[in-house]
Amino acid sequence: MLTTTIVVVASLGYLGLLFAIAYWADRRADQKRSVISNATIYALSLAVYCTAWTFYGSVGRAAATGIGFLPIYIGPTLIAALWGTLLLKIVRVSKSQRITSIADFIASRYGKSHLLGGLVTVIAVLGIVPYIALQLKAISRSFTILLTYPDVTMPNPADSLPLLQDTTLYVALLLAAFTILFGTRHLDASERHEGMVAAIAFESIVKLIAFLSVGIFVTYQLHDGFTDLFDKAETAGILNPLIIDGMNGYENWFALTLLSALAVMMLPRQFQVAVVENSSEQHLRRAVWLFPLYLFLINIFVIPIALAGQLTFTGQNVDADTFVLTLPMAHHQSALTLLVFLGGMSAATGMVIVETIALSTMVCNDLVMPVLLKRWKRIPPDADLSQLLLRIRRGAIILILLLGFLYFRLAGEAYALVSIGLISFSAVAQFAPALIIGLYWRGGTRSGALAGLLSGFVIWMYTLLLPSFAKSGWLPVGLLEHGPFAVELLKPQALFGLSGLNEITHCLFWSMTFNIGAYLLFSLWRTPRVDEATQASLFVDALKNQQFLGIGLWRGTAEVKELLHLAERFLGVERAKHLFQRFARRRKLHDINQLPADAETVHFAETLLAGAIGSASARVMVSSVTTEETLGMDEVLNILDEASQIRSYSKELEQKSHQLEAATRELKEANERLQELDRLKDDFMSSVTHELRTPLASIRAFSEILNDDPDLPLNERQRFLGIIVNETKRLSRLVNQVLDLAKIESGRADWNAEDVDLLEVVEEALAATEQLFADHGTRVDRELPERPCVVTGDRDRLMQVLLNLLSNANKYVPQNTGVVTVNLRSNHENYEVSVADNGPGIAAEELPNIFEKFRQAASTSNKPIGTGLGLPISKKILAHLGGEIWAESGEEKGAIFTFALPKKKESCMTSGGANVKDYSNRG
Amino acid sequence: MNRSTQTRQRLAGATLLGLLLFFSPVLTLFDKATEWAGIPVSYLYLFGIWLALILLAAWTVEGRQH
Repeated sequence: MLTTTIVVVASLGYLGLLFAIAYWADRRADQKRSVISNATIYALSLAVYCTAWTFYGSVGRAAATGIGFLPIYIGPTLIAALWGTLLLKIVRVSKSQRITSIADFIASRYGKSHLLGGLVTVIAVLGIVPYIALQLKAISRSFTILLTYPDVTMPNPADSLPLLQDTTLYVALLLAAFTILFGTRHLDASERHEGMVAAIAFESIVKLIAFLSVGIFVTYQLHDGFTDLFDKAETAGILNPLIIDGMNGYENWFALTLLSALAVMMLPRQFQVAVVENSSEQHLRRAVWLFPLYLFLINIFVIPIALAGQLTFTGQNVDADTFVLTLPMAHHQSALTLLVFLGGMSAATGMVIVETIALSTMVCNDLVMPVLLKRWKRIPPDADLSQLLLRIRRGAIILILLLGFLYFRLAGEAYALVSIGLISFSAVAQFAPALIIGLYWRGGTRSGALAGLLSGFVIWMYTLLLPSFAKSGWLPVGLLEHGPFAVELLKPQALFGLSGLNEITHCLFWSMTFNIGAYLLFSLWRTPRVDEATQASLFVDALKNQQFLGIGLWRGTAEVKELLHLAERFLGVERAKHLFQRFARRRKLHDINQLPADAETVHFAETLLAGAIGSASARVMVSSVTTEETLGMDEVLNILDEASQIRSYSKELEQKSHQLEAATRELKEANERLQELDRLKDDFMSSVTHELRTPLASIRAFSEILNDDPDLPLNERQRFLGIIVNETKRLSRLVNQVLDLAKIESGRADWNAEDVDLLEVVEEALAATEQLFADHGTRVDRELPERPCVVTGDRDRLMQVLLNLLSNANKYVPQNTGVVTVNLRSNHENYEVSVADNGPGIAAEELPNIFEKFRQAASTSNKPIGTGLGLPISKKILAHLGGEIWAESGEEKGAIFTFALPKKKESCMTSGGANVKDYSNRG
Repeated sequence: MNRSTQTRQRLAGATLLGLLLFFSPVLTLFDKATEWAGIPVSYLYLFGIWLALILLAAWTVEGRQH
């Protein structure tokens, strides 16, 4: 049984628990062990979006329109995916300028304008009042309904009761007291409320659990799952699954989604939790999906509950907005009923607390402070302003809640919960053009923003707020039916004859048209002024790194003592001193007195004050104690230009220098290569001439002898002529090889690409050199396979290589005891031919150079035997044919020259090892 | 930096996909009075796409942290 006492005790107990959580989180924050600095808690705190509207109202909406409740959650899902850029930019700007509310943000963007901040505040307060009324209505109604447990009876309309008997009034006052305790215990420089955020995150969990519990109870306890419920609903004829029917046309579907996407960023409480209370940009990442997931979960059971409610209460007078509560009541689930009541209270109190705190900050900083500042001279100079600020905020909280109550008494009963909420959404959506366009377009001006906001707001009042009063009987209904003064074109709900849309879509279309239109028109009309241009560039370029730009834009004289004194008056003596001290330490100074009164200090003081009294007021206050030189438009533009130019110049320079470095490196390498080539060419030339000179010298010497001495005996003459002939042959061989090498190197040589059987070439080469070996008394061992080994290459060139290797081997082996071994084997993808000799071998230090021109293994023999070009030519030939050649040597085993050529594809598949074994001892 | 730009672009892509599936004639294909497995096809479509988009965003953001 749920008695009044139990309900009241549970409610107060729950509020007490919330307060305890907040208190604990505040304590932890003071100890620098923040509990809310966590991505999941951040995402949960964003779920303050789900209010009593979601908790009770969605089901009512679903009962009436089927899917009509859904756009309110799909919009945030879609825009959340863009938070990585959009919200990040807002957060970064707000952190760097210590922005504490959406009014402050917009005022700041357009040159810290008091007027703009004030207008935003007025729109926000008037726009949000119906929304607060909705929460009050939900709490007081659920409470009243609960009192008759387990009988389900709808309470009488609240306006039939005398004022003082209306529960809603007490709910409003209780919430006001609670919010004051929560949000205005002390004045914080950064305007962050860690305790509040912790409590809100906790409430988000409670309302989700409560709603899911009812959903599961209804779907699986009362009915047999989703399918069963949909079957019964269809039989009863209450299933309305068509989107186009539920939304009364797809344009409404689209409009409501757009509206909610804008509202989720523009609502003062969402701005508070998403931007002001954000403790790390990293937390945005998780919110991108976790917040939409929360919305998804809390909506899964909306349709089942709506259908079940309609099935259960057929023919009874039960408001569909109360199904979430009345279904468990009707089935005598006292524990579940109490949980639902607390869940609903969570949803409502969470919204009321955050919203009124956000609004009270705005009222204080953007409405009251500007007025106070104008009367500054009349306030006694020693008044404690921080206490005054707190009092203003507390007053604002009470005032806002009483306004909510007033709206509830005046108009609240004529509308369902969701309809009231949508009126508020439409109001705050008016901030979107000035805020979002202003974040990306420098050209938006203060007058543009003022005109846009004002016209959008007027249209909103005319097309939504006015009808809501008319429907409640506070204005003549004829106004809606025939228009003012019977002018049909001005009918509030069919403005300029536009009909066929629902009232929200209608208002959204006209207000946005006028809002954006006026914003663009007035912005384009006139170029921005100095302060507007400054702030515009700080906002638009927020994601680029330019944190010191704001500082560079101040020039004048100031005194640190005055600035400190100013801060002390608004923040309290100790707090201000502490913050200044910290600032001094950050600048590597020991004491406040050492702080220079420069632009940076003034900037620090201004942002510090901005946190407490708003950016516009902070600017006024700081300029009251400093003498600022007014910068001309040109100067400011110059500074901005310079900054951006310097940025782009330095970027360009960096790029250029990188390019230059790379080019220098390449040039250096090319130069080294050229020098090397030059040296090689010189070496080559001197080698060639040297090689030419030796045979020429002997030819000349012997010719002279023959010439000078006609009496030389015949045999001597014969011998000398033989030498001359040999030397001439050597000379022409040398010249041929030089030409050959030059031809290959320059790429002018003719090459054949044909199938060549290496085995055949080897045999032929051996046959051609048989006589040479025989003359020298050299034995030739053959280790050759039987099968053809086909490669692709130039037969004559390969022959040239082999002949060169064989004749080389013959030259170096000893007379009569020489052994030359020729081996041909298959090795994976190559054929390898090696020619080994038992000569003196090649010294290890000679090996790397053996293939260079005119490098013979000369150390072993005083007289070079060949031209010194055979091996370089062989190397070039093999390189050209895609093979390679190398030499190995040990002092004892002689020299082994091996060359390898890739196999022609699909031939000679036998493996190399077998080949060698099978045919090794043939020779 | 590079990676976060990529993540942002992928998320923007997910938004475009959502716009297509929720606000184009594609929606009308599923806005019919038929049922799949006993549940109206419009409900299945809306909630299914919604969840799919959320999971896509979650995968985009969290799947590339490590």
